[in-house]
Amino acid sequence: MHDETKVQITVSVNGETYTRLIEPRLLLSDFLRHELKLTGTNVGCEHGVCGACTVLLDGESVRSCIIFAVQVDGQSIETVEGLAKNDTLHPLQELFHQEHALQCGFCTPGFLMTLVPFLRDNPTADEAAIRQALSGNLCRCTGYANIVAAVKKAVESGVGR
Amino acid sequence: MKPAPFKYFRPESLDEALALLAKHGDEAKVLAGGQSLIPAMNFRLAQPAILIDINRLSALSFIEEKRGQMHIGALTRHSMVERHPLVAQKAPLLAETMPNIAHVQIRNRGTFGGSIAHADPAAELPAAMTVRGARICLRSTRGERWVDAPQFFVGLLTTAMEPDELLTEVAFDELPKKTGWCFVEVARRHGDYALLGVAATVRLGMMGKVKDARICFVSAGETPALATNAQDALNGQAPSAELAKAAAQIAAAQDIDPPSDIHASARFRRHLATKLTERALNTAFARARGETR
Repeated sequence: MHDETKVQITVSVNGETYTRLIEPRLLLSDFLRHELKLTGTNVGCEHGVCGACTVLLDGESVRSCIIFAVQVDGQSIETVEGLAKNDTLHPLQELFHQEHALQCGFCTPGFLMTLVPFLRDNPTADEAAIRQALSGNLCRCTGYANIVAAVKKAVESGVGR
Repeated sequence: MKPAPFKYFRPESLDEALALLAKHGDEAKVLAGGQSLIPAMNFRLAQPAILIDINRLSALSFIEEKRGQMHIGALTRHSMVERHPLVAQKAPLLAETMPNIAHVQIRNRGTFGGSIAHADPAAELPAAMTVRGARICLRSTRGERWVDAPQFFVGLLTTAMEPDELLTEVAFDELPKKTGWCFVEVARRHGDYALLGVAATVRLGMMGKVKDARICFVSAGETPALATNAQDALNGQAPSAELAKAAAQIAAAQDIDPPSDIHASARFRRHLATKLTERALNTAFARARGETR
């Protein structure tokens, strides 16, 4: 047997502070879903290809399935649950709704968490830049046309500014 | 849980990390960005008994220029290299290479040193750094040594690093004057591993003839070896579209031994090597002459 001890970590998730005792091998995605019961972050491929598990680590998009929870001790995480304020959707969520940019919705949290920092850093992005930004997220039902349309609307309405 | 259990160390200083490696190097893996290691652990292809997480060693995250040399710290994230003005100014080949590395989410986490130490022949940085004649700094409790890129990349996922050594930084010359560059690759989906890629620099000398041509491939063999036959065919010649085409054919035929796998046949990879090398050389010629940037 391996010598393994649980480790205590303290993490800020969507502005709330959580302290948990975890095994070092626990993935950040599983920590969010199983320990914190924040199941908005979806788990697809679990090896860094599909983008469904994308969250923000200190404000930048990362894949939570290929980061260990123990590594984010003391850092700040934002998940899709942090986007809407009370009953008001984030403007990008509202545009996804309007443009029919989701069907089953499984990939949507990953797309949103990829796009929030992208629009922050590229508030005037053109379509080519938008498509490139989305290249790390897979959607298997709606397709990408409506997602791109939603992001273009977001640029037009100044979501990132 | 997906990964097998392991013992976790998170050193707060380089000395602490090196002491841990000296003690546990044989059974430990260094965890930097983890963007290749953790997927392998999720599949249990890798089951290290010990992980030494170097993410708190913030002193290893830097991009500097010292006396005509670029120095990049091992823990520098890809996205920082991609956006850094010094890289754009002094190392345009690297600047052109960076956006080809995986997707933005991975570039936000993956590290410069980690990609080099992983030595995946399908990765972009080993080829780009071999072309630039990079030197790689390895530290251990025994001291420090610098290894040239060609001697560093020993084989498939295999480097000259000893188990107790830590890759701490990479150094390479800033791009000389009258030198053109190009990085180009083909992947099924932007950000996926390249089916084939080419990194090239061409320095022009007296009378505008090629003085120093360097070509290195991604996904064309077990290590990022320089295309010496094609380089020899270029050096001393006047740059032209015909020369680019001839050198590209030599490179594809004589300098590489590409694999066949589910993604592409060796034959298709040779075809890509021919076309991409020709394109890369023509771009590098034009940039060396200052015609484009």
